[in-house]
Amino acid sequence: MHTETTAVPGTSAGTGTQTTRVIGVLALIITSFVVVSAFFLTPADSVQGDSVRIMYAHVPTAWVAYLAFITTAVASGFSLARRHRTLGFDRVAGASGEVGVLFMAMTLLTGSLWGRLTWGTFWQWDPRLTTTLFLFVTYVGYLAVRRIDTDPHQRARRSAVIALLAVLEIPLVHFSVVLWRSLHQEASVLNPDGDVRLDDFMLFTLFAGVAAFTLIFAWLVIHRQRLTALSDIRQTVGLDAAIAARRSETSGVVK
Amino acid sequence: MASDTTIHLSNAVVALGGFPALAGVTFGVGRGELVALRGANGTGKSTLLRLCAGLVPLTRGAAVVAGVDLFVNRVAVRPHVGLLGHRNGLYGDLTAKQNVQFVADLVGATASDVLSALERLGIDQRVATTRASLLSAGQRRRTALAALVVRRAQLWLLDEPHAGLDAAARHELDAILRDATASGATVLYTTHEIDQVDGTPRTITLDGGCVVSDVASTIGAAP
Amino acid sequence: MRGERCGIDDWRGTMNVALLIARKDLQIEWRTRMLLARVVPFALLVMVLFAVALDSEPLVLRAAAGLVWLAMLFSTMLVVQRAFDIETADAAIDTLLACAVHPARVFFGKAISLFVQLFVLAVVLVTAAVVLYGVTVSGSRVVLLVTVVISATSGLALVGTLYGAVVANMNGRDSLLPLLALPVLAPLLIGASRATEAAFGSQTIDMANGWAWVGLLGVYGVVFGAAGSAAFSPLTESDS
Repeated sequence: MHTETTAVPGTSAGTGTQTTRVIGVLALIITSFVVVSAFFLTPADSVQGDSVRIMYAHVPTAWVAYLAFITTAVASGFSLARRHRTLGFDRVAGASGEVGVLFMAMTLLTGSLWGRLTWGTFWQWDPRLTTTLFLFVTYVGYLAVRRIDTDPHQRARRSAVIALLAVLEIPLVHFSVVLWRSLHQEASVLNPDGDVRLDDFMLFTLFAGVAAFTLIFAWLVIHRQRLTALSDIRQTVGLDAAIAARRSETSGVVK
Repeated sequence: MASDTTIHLSNAVVALGGFPALAGVTFGVGRGELVALRGANGTGKSTLLRLCAGLVPLTRGAAVVAGVDLFVNRVAVRPHVGLLGHRNGLYGDLTAKQNVQFVADLVGATASDVLSALERLGIDQRVATTRASLLSAGQRRRTALAALVVRRAQLWLLDEPHAGLDAAARHELDAILRDATASGATVLYTTHEIDQVDGTPRTITLDGGCVVSDVASTIGAAP
Repeated sequence: MRGERCGIDDWRGTMNVALLIARKDLQIEWRTRMLLARVVPFALLVMVLFAVALDSEPLVLRAAAGLVWLAMLFSTMLVVQRAFDIETADAAIDTLLACAVHPARVFFGKAISLFVQLFVLAVVLVTAAVVLYGVTVSGSRVVLLVTVVISATSGLALVGTLYGAVVANMNGRDSLLPLLALPVLAPLLIGASRATEAAFGSQTIDMANGWAWVGLLGVYGVVFGAAGSAAFSPLTESDS
């Protein structure tokens, strides 16, 4: 039989388990600390003033955006290379893609806001923001490709190829944007987090932020891929019923 | 180097968009057989052919065609199979002859193979030099059949090949199919009740996405 | 048996099949003149509209290189669309994939035909830049220009073929193709525009830099040539 059965953990109707609860609680605690620290405990920057506090949101979301990109790429690679558990890897790739798009959008928004508060402009053509913008658009395209196929294996294969092509594309984009912007000398000055001096406590808060957002990412991806697993199971069960209904259409004896 | 031309299906299920077009098909076809596939509309005949041609994914069950496991790698079955589906696979802007010639060039057939195929299918000079998009449905069908003849695939899958052909063309088609099996190809074609290649030894009937009968045919006289 | 060339995996076989496919595509193009009668006028119109919208001759002259490649990018979407429409209109691609045996051969065949058509388009657009925008090119810069056009057009053809195949049979493919292909083409746009700027004689980019950008275009072409031929098989599996 060529079906993949998936074990869904947890006895409740939801997708939560011990693991996700632990992750969730941890994320909540650390995020609370980060929020408090970012707003009240860390000092304002000498140059930028209070607008530097956006850094505690922007840097972690940027980190998660690229983590999501790598996760989707690695999961896609495994889903193509492995014969078994293909769908499992594909679910992770898809979930990471969805959550990643969210964080990419947040990175762009916070980065844009930060630039606006610091320099008065909503957008800088610096390599990091520009590459993130391309990453965002690319992943919107990836999600659109995931909606093409109805057969899960076909979907897994096609979107995995697209994701791996993105692995080629993004470094090329980044490299060419870096080269491009190097032609414009003034670009190196306009970098909000370039001249922020971080004391130990600010650094600590920043790392805590990264940790918190990574936990949130993991939590979201785990839940999202379990949702997909559940809907796949529902589709399988639905298929069983549909097959039975179809076979009953016959008037003769089925061989 | 002679490859396996058999079809082995075991409880094959093909779900298209959640709907089981094939709901558990089981049968086997040996090399050189000529088999008719009957059934009303919507019973899964076309999907069965497309499955064997490697064009749709196998959802459940097992399917091995020409030695290729369709679940593992259905792309690999394509070179062995000549499918004539509902669409003809022609380039509308090329002439009938150019279409057949292109296929011939790809598989290494000669120009005389092309001419003889066109002749057999009753495609005269005028039709051969007309753009495919300007031909009638029957003429396009015959052009597609000529391309199939030129390809010399080991497994021929034909979806209602008699549709749109007049009596003379049907007769010629029947002869072509018998010749194909005589030279070692396996032929599986779908049909409605009235169209049947004279002397088809075996008829499989589909209903509700599965096989309901698989009998030696008594219709028509053997050639 | 005649149909079984699949056992032989040689380079010559691939080139033969690819060239056959390219020839077939160009035959169809020659007969229908889609490129010459529709896409070229469209691209020229785009060049004119750029000038109209920017409303400043010195600005347009400075931007000429980028505008040429922008027009090329948009026109490529049309040409790619057409290249796959002829295959999917009557499901000819199924026969093609079956007879060609290795999908990579179809990839290269279609890419070659796209390259020829896009090259013609590029020549027209560069000429338009000279005529409409007042660009001048002479001496060694011509060599750079020709090299840029060849390498950038190859990249366009390869990426276009790849993503054209992804969206080939879908509903709404007209809008998905640009969404998928244009981000991937961004490095090519950057490289081609900067190199062409150098060829057109710019203040900020000298010839040495121009050739460096050509190097980037070369790398881009190789990367997507390899990736495309490998990816073509899984991407053309299904005809949803």
